[in-house]
Amino acid sequence: MSSLPGSDVLVASIFVLFVATMAAGALLAVSTRRIIRSVCGLAMCSIGLAGMFYYLGSPFIALMEILIYVGAVCVTIVFAVMLAEPNEPAAQARGRRRWVWGAAATVVSVSIFLGIGRLAFADGWPARAAADADGTVEAIGVALLSTYSLAFEVISLVLLVAILGALAIARIGRHRE
Amino acid sequence: MNFMELHQLPQTYLLLAAFLLAAGIFGLMRRRTLIGMLISGELIFSAAMLNFVAVNRFFAADPVQGQIFVLFIMGLAAAEVAIALSIIIAVYRNYRSIESAELTELQR
Repeated sequence: MSSLPGSDVLVASIFVLFVATMAAGALLAVSTRRIIRSVCGLAMCSIGLAGMFYYLGSPFIALMEILIYVGAVCVTIVFAVMLAEPNEPAAQARGRRRWVWGAAATVVSVSIFLGIGRLAFADGWPARAAADADGTVEAIGVALLSTYSLAFEVISLVLLVAILGALAIARIGRHRE
Repeated sequence: MNFMELHQLPQTYLLLAAFLLAAGIFGLMRRRTLIGMLISGELIFSAAMLNFVAVNRFFAADPVQGQIFVLFIMGLAAAEVAIALSIIIAVYRNYRSIESAELTELQR
């Protein structure tokens, strides 16, 4: 990435843009009251995360992130929102308890963030290992069908059982109505 | 540590993963509907995936391993979403509500 004169700045700026997208999406997903905005926040967060995967040298995972999260998970949640009552209920009379609960959630999440963040800056991370095979799509495909073929088959079985289970649960709910 | 090489530092990604985890736990504690809690759970999954890919990129010898693990996490997350949403819809049919405070039948 050195052919273009200002390309370093461009690369860094696009990275910051992805980071901002991800952080804004995550905050939107947990803080808004309307569920549909929360789903949009999850989609934004997934797009930012896909960019991050691209910067980490795994474009295949980035594409899969967009395909599965934005394309499947968010759309499925939107369908569920249309079938069930969507919004967070308005704050009720017990405002004080709710305030305490919100403060507790803030304290817990901020302390988790600070604790793990300090861990990230601690010493003792190993240096980058020397052996450097390429993590291309081709290598992923070969590994998926040779070394990890058992796990690959098992996860397809898990997905099949999950689909059947989802259908069965939804049907039972309909009968009891 | 300057702005230009921010995307080549492992600490950036680990810090962002910690942020996603914290946001997810905040949402899990604060949300009062089941779908909101499901979305927060997805954020926690995303934090785990980002951590896996970052550690794999910066500290592991074989760059394929972590990516395949993340693929499996995505598959399991998709299965989990399908099951959870069907449970949520069944709950809504029976209770006419997906507010987690309403689901107290066993307490009576």
